[in-house]
Amino acid sequence: MNLKELVTGDSGEKRFLLGNEAAVRGLIEAGISIAATYPGTPSSEIGNVLSVLAKDANIYFEFSTNEKVAMEVAATAAVSGLRSFTFMKHVGMNVAADSFMTTAYSGVNGGMVILSADDPSLFSSQNEQDTRNYAKLANVPILEPSNCQEVKDMVKYAFDLSEQFKLPVIVRTTTRVSHMRGVVEFGDVRDNSSNNDNHWKRGHFNKDPSKYVPVPAFAGDMHVRLWDKIRKIEEVSNKSKFNCEWGTGKKYGLIASSSAFNYACDVVKFNNLDIKILKLGFSYPFPQNKVIEFLSDLDEVFVVEEVDPIIERDTLVCIGSKNLNVQVHGKLDGTFPIYHEFNSDIVAEGLNKVLNFKENKSVQFTQSLEKLSEDIPSRAPVLCAGCPHRAMYYGINIAIEELGLKPEDVIFASDIGCYTLGINPPYNAADYLLSMGSSVGDGCGFSVSTDQKVASFIGDSTFFHSGISPLINAVHNKHNFVLTVLDNRITAMTGGQPNPGIPVDGMGDDAPEVSIRKLALACGCDFVRVINPFNLEQVVKTYREAFERKDAAVIISKAPCTLIKGLTRKPPVKFIESNCNNCDKCVKELACPAISKINGKITIDESQCDGCTACIQVCKYGALEDGR
Amino acid sequence: MDNHYNIYICGVGGQGIIKTSTIIGEAAMNQGLDVVMSEIHGMSQRGGSVSTELKIGGYNSSIIPKQGADMLLSFEPVETIRGLDKVNSETKIVYNTHPIIPSSTDKQYPNVDSITKTLKENFKYVLPIDGTQLAMDAGSVLALNMVLLGAVTADDKFPLTKESVIEAMKNNLKPKFHEMNLKAIESGYNSIKS
Repeated sequence: MNLKELVTGDSGEKRFLLGNEAAVRGLIEAGISIAATYPGTPSSEIGNVLSVLAKDANIYFEFSTNEKVAMEVAATAAVSGLRSFTFMKHVGMNVAADSFMTTAYSGVNGGMVILSADDPSLFSSQNEQDTRNYAKLANVPILEPSNCQEVKDMVKYAFDLSEQFKLPVIVRTTTRVSHMRGVVEFGDVRDNSSNNDNHWKRGHFNKDPSKYVPVPAFAGDMHVRLWDKIRKIEEVSNKSKFNCEWGTGKKYGLIASSSAFNYACDVVKFNNLDIKILKLGFSYPFPQNKVIEFLSDLDEVFVVEEVDPIIERDTLVCIGSKNLNVQVHGKLDGTFPIYHEFNSDIVAEGLNKVLNFKENKSVQFTQSLEKLSEDIPSRAPVLCAGCPHRAMYYGINIAIEELGLKPEDVIFASDIGCYTLGINPPYNAADYLLSMGSSVGDGCGFSVSTDQKVASFIGDSTFFHSGISPLINAVHNKHNFVLTVLDNRITAMTGGQPNPGIPVDGMGDDAPEVSIRKLALACGCDFVRVINPFNLEQVVKTYREAFERKDAAVIISKAPCTLIKGLTRKPPVKFIESNCNNCDKCVKELACPAISKINGKITIDESQCDGCTACIQVCKYGALEDGR
Repeated sequence: MDNHYNIYICGVGGQGIIKTSTIIGEAAMNQGLDVVMSEIHGMSQRGGSVSTELKIGGYNSSIIPKQGADMLLSFEPVETIRGLDKVNSETKIVYNTHPIIPSSTDKQYPNVDSITKTLKENFKYVLPIDGTQLAMDAGSVLALNMVLLGAVTADDKFPLTKESVIEAMKNNLKPKFHEMNLKAIESGYNSIKS
């Protein structure tokens, strides 16, 4: 499918879409004017698609420096009367939270929707976290789509709801919804075009400090108004078409949301279980009356939801407040696991504990297959062949060795990005990690609390996201560590989005390039060096110098990510067998996926080798040669 | 349960697994079938294990239960073993015999012939093909995914026609490569049919 069909497709047409693509179609149907994000998987593809389509869809789109900034861009657009959208992954909500919380007080005029993508089972995240807690914390409504059609429909509906109550609305997806593909039927598109010269419609902000400036004198009233809204919205969630029932079960019921609903639904259907199902797509404000009505003639109810037992606790409140005699099976009584994502097997196992419908059938394999299954090598995600980070890690470890430091003498404070994969042997280059930008703040802390050397690593995009303020802290408070900014000219881990360090913006237009070197200098760093990680000699020399210093030294390791589109690939490295001394340094110490030892002989996988030449510098015997 | 068909597709990042799965899904949609698919993105998956799950016929969830696959399509021998959770004794196992050696050195990479032998001892339908070679014969190692796509369409139980799969391929890949990809699909198809 051509992505432009998300804009040009007519009502009634069907496409096989990724959940994130369906979200974009929802935005187009809702006629939004402004969208902003910081890339975070599993929400990243929304930005990639918007980046391609923004102009065709009359949308202003930006990759902001972090989620809080993106939240502020969307909030100000919405308060100026435009429909605006911001999206992020669950941990991005933590960054955005400060502004998000008050957006609930100040409210909006045009519809504002926040999509937050949770990641149960942490496929690509540092924690498991449930966005639904933020809905409760801030008092804003939340919708939980379970499939691609619902992603589109709920995103579109969320704008109407937001405009009706002048309050932002959250759409919570999970990895299995964001990265699910399914058939989506398109609906009508609301026109967002304007009669002025801009791509998108301009709004207007009507000043009213009592509504929009939460100084204590005003904010108290704002909180009262917020609760008034939430009480009214509860009437809407009680009647919402997104909260609906199936089945005829009289004794057993099941309440589920999001992808957990899908698993539950399949288990009930394919095992012919007599269970009545209530699906909650609009789960906060909690539809109490709807749930009480559902529970009223049941004996037992299962609550199936991923991450935290939020619906389960609210269900217990309903039962308690009405003195209903219904037993609840969920996470709290151990029927279902309290962490990690669900699947049909897990849900079936939980239901089976109560209903005993399933025989335990296991497949008997031969011993040789069982042995084979145990003996296969792992295939963890690794730094790509040709990745500049590998060359830098190799170099810094040599410098540390040359300085006579032992591995335990140097703490590696890592950050969120591909380079976190440096945690793997042989680099072992990640000892501590909290969040985006944390490597720099961690460098500050380790430098005052230990006598060890500290090496902090941060990517270019992450540096712009939240690496600058801790660097200012480091300089002012005289902290001593070596900060490496791994500038690979892209936001690589989430799929290659631009950041302020490159001369292109999110809509593909030319944009001023913000210099990391000048920023570091402006923060007050005295030692700021830009190195080419593929020049091993320069790398080692620069790190040796940096580790001798007593201040915050900044090294910018600058070379493009090997996956950037349009880069010409260099010819693969050649192996000269007669020169090989079998020292295995290239395999064991560089660990490039393009080099392996097969049947006792070094082999270069030409389909992977990027011709980066790092291995040539590692081999002392001249057994590896430039392919040019 | 007629008209239900679950395909678990696995291999190594960079082999074109997601594209192949999308093509099957689009073909299913065009034939009016209900289809859902799950894929995993994020982290640097080049060189890491990658899998997708395709379910045709009235499912809500896009995840195939344990032993629930009708077809295990694997782009790499060791990944075939990693995917065995999803198969039962009736599952067709089609896999590319060309290994990609991982950089991790925790375990020795097993001999591919012994993988085939062990699989054949345990399952009725084990169909190894040298997809990498067939792809190179068709014009490029990058056509491996189309060879394996052709192999899936050759399964008697597969609910989609070869024609609709080819149509979806054309809709998803550059016209410049259509001829090579058609050749690849045919060679994958024939390697199973013959």
